[in-house]
Amino acid sequence: MPKFNTAAELEQYCAHLLAARDPARPCIAVCAGAACDGLDSAAVAQAFTDEIARQNLAGRLDLRVTGCHGFCEKGPNVIAGPQDICYFEVTPGDVPEIIRATLAGEVYEAKIYRDPETREKIAPMSEIPYYKHQVRLLIGDNPRLDPLKIDDYLAVGGYAALVKALTTMTPDDVLAEVKRADLRGRGGGGFPAGAKWETTKNAPEKTKYVIANGHEGESAAFMDRAMLTGNPHKVIEGLIIGAYAIGAHQGFIYTRHDAPRLVEHVKAALAQAEAYGFLGENILGSGFDFKVELHFDVGIFVSGESSALMRSIEGNAPEPRPKYIRTSVSGIWDKPSNLNNVETWANVPQIIARGAEWFAGIGSEKSKGTKLVSLSGHIVNSGIVEVPMGTTLRTLIFAIGGGVRDGKALKAVHFGGAMGGSLPVEYIDARLDFDEMSALGAPIGAGGLLVMNEDTDMVDIARYLMDFLVRESCGKCVPCREGMFQMLKILTGIAEGRGRKFDLERLAELAEVTSLGSLCALGKTSAAPVKSMLQYFRDEYTARIDAGSQTP
Amino acid sequence: MCEQAVAAIIENHRGQPEALIHVLTAIQHELRWLPREVLARVAEALGVPLSQALQIASFYKVFSLTPKGRHEVHVCTGMTCHLCGGDRLLAKVEEATGLKPGETDAAGRFTLERGSCLGSCSIGPELIVDGRHHGRMTPEQVEVVLAQYP
Repeated sequence: MPKFNTAAELEQYCAHLLAARDPARPCIAVCAGAACDGLDSAAVAQAFTDEIARQNLAGRLDLRVTGCHGFCEKGPNVIAGPQDICYFEVTPGDVPEIIRATLAGEVYEAKIYRDPETREKIAPMSEIPYYKHQVRLLIGDNPRLDPLKIDDYLAVGGYAALVKALTTMTPDDVLAEVKRADLRGRGGGGFPAGAKWETTKNAPEKTKYVIANGHEGESAAFMDRAMLTGNPHKVIEGLIIGAYAIGAHQGFIYTRHDAPRLVEHVKAALAQAEAYGFLGENILGSGFDFKVELHFDVGIFVSGESSALMRSIEGNAPEPRPKYIRTSVSGIWDKPSNLNNVETWANVPQIIARGAEWFAGIGSEKSKGTKLVSLSGHIVNSGIVEVPMGTTLRTLIFAIGGGVRDGKALKAVHFGGAMGGSLPVEYIDARLDFDEMSALGAPIGAGGLLVMNEDTDMVDIARYLMDFLVRESCGKCVPCREGMFQMLKILTGIAEGRGRKFDLERLAELAEVTSLGSLCALGKTSAAPVKSMLQYFRDEYTARIDAGSQTP
Repeated sequence: MCEQAVAAIIENHRGQPEALIHVLTAIQHELRWLPREVLARVAEALGVPLSQALQIASFYKVFSLTPKGRHEVHVCTGMTCHLCGGDRLLAKVEEATGLKPGETDAAGRFTLERGSCLGSCSIGPELIVDGRHHGRMTPEQVEVVLAQYP
């Protein structure tokens, strides 16, 4: 592997790399994302490998096993380039036909998209409704690269932003660019990333840390895994640029231990980045040193909370601490530690490469850029989508998601997992925007969108979420540990037909106290689902209590 | 074999108290549980009190202080799976194995766990056995799937 000592060496290498690649050569991209993997895409990939060997097609047809393409519902997904023909629900038996059609510049019609209403067949990715309403700036490269090959990332322009930052910008310039882009944290808070970086940068301690949070504990959220597994270098590149701006020489990636492919890809990416000289000492001759350690959550939800996560990196139990002093000033080993979510870091390279004005031109007034959203629940097309901020829920659920499954009516949309909220169908034209959704009581969170049909029992949903949180609470502070337990007791009572007259008032009080008195975000927002239920679905609760019924 | 691997993990981190979670994770992967005697050796080698090793081992859900079965069965109880019938699936798996979440059968065949969201929501409800995902499961399919794991 080459090690680049200067930006010029890297640029020369990339020029050779691109010259050696023929963009017109047919290429098959087999998705190995989480859902496709569960639908045995490995057998499909193996069938392609075997068939290419059998027909001796090496050099005429490329094969790439990639990260998540996005349309998880119809996995295993295969995309045939250069025309980007999408094949869905592919089995090993389809492989010879797909190869034949691809080489002949034709389409194998049996496995392409068919519009459920018009029955019209659609082959190219850009015309399929699920994809055509999206703007895939972050996830769009997934089908174009093998996550285990750094050269694939270089071939799509990877690490060019790092070169630009290190060779033409000062750390202050980089920070100013991110601030002007108005990038907001994608992990849940929507806090301005630039302001957070600046706090760590200006903190008096000399040693500083940067952290990529890829814990993704939010239930029904699966886009960070898709991003980090499918394109780990994008996140790493963002992290290095951020570290340069902040003045950190040590970074951490904190992610899940239970996704073997994710672990493998991130480990390989870190090793390759180091071998190429993007990590280590004197990166590309700039004099900037930076290294990254990989850490794993070991199975508890609260370890995704920033201060708990940092305790975990230190090797301690993940108990949050009060944040009178922010972790950006005093985090890991009491040093200033800037933590951002995987998706936030993934946005950094394009902001540097294409400029703050370009980025700020996408999205809504106060929420810039695109947002990855995972669609699931009672929806026709479940999967990972990326849309500009400000896109309406209607576009997400109907135009992209294809509406509610089994011909049922939409009852509610839930955002933000166990600490999110549910909105009734009347808010279908609400926009995907940090502030607008928060004001409605359904903060975007990390971006897990759950669709609920008309048969959904809202009492059960609140009970289920509280049950989950009670189990996941670290137990350190009383309001969270006891408050949630009492709310669960009441919710269970209502769900089992033992609801009492004052239950809803008592719930509201407990929700208030738990929100005010808990140490960390887990406790503070644990009552968010309950609050949204009392705001929007109170009648259903009252009716259930009055009827004393175990079913809605 | 296991013993050598465990000894190597411990020796690699001698004198590194901050590596506690790393070491316990590696040993958990190797032995699939953390015997108390091993915890004592880890604590001694890394230079942390045994109480701290026990705190970590009992706090995080990945660590087990009792031996696990040959096959780890996870039923996803994440939000999407719940909405799509995950509780009926769990009930069926409990019935088929005779286990409640967290338990291991006397023959040491299965350990049953409930996993909160495992990220394959598009193909929920899910049953995961030894890391292999079985998506879009119905209670009727449970026995057939479990029979593949003797």
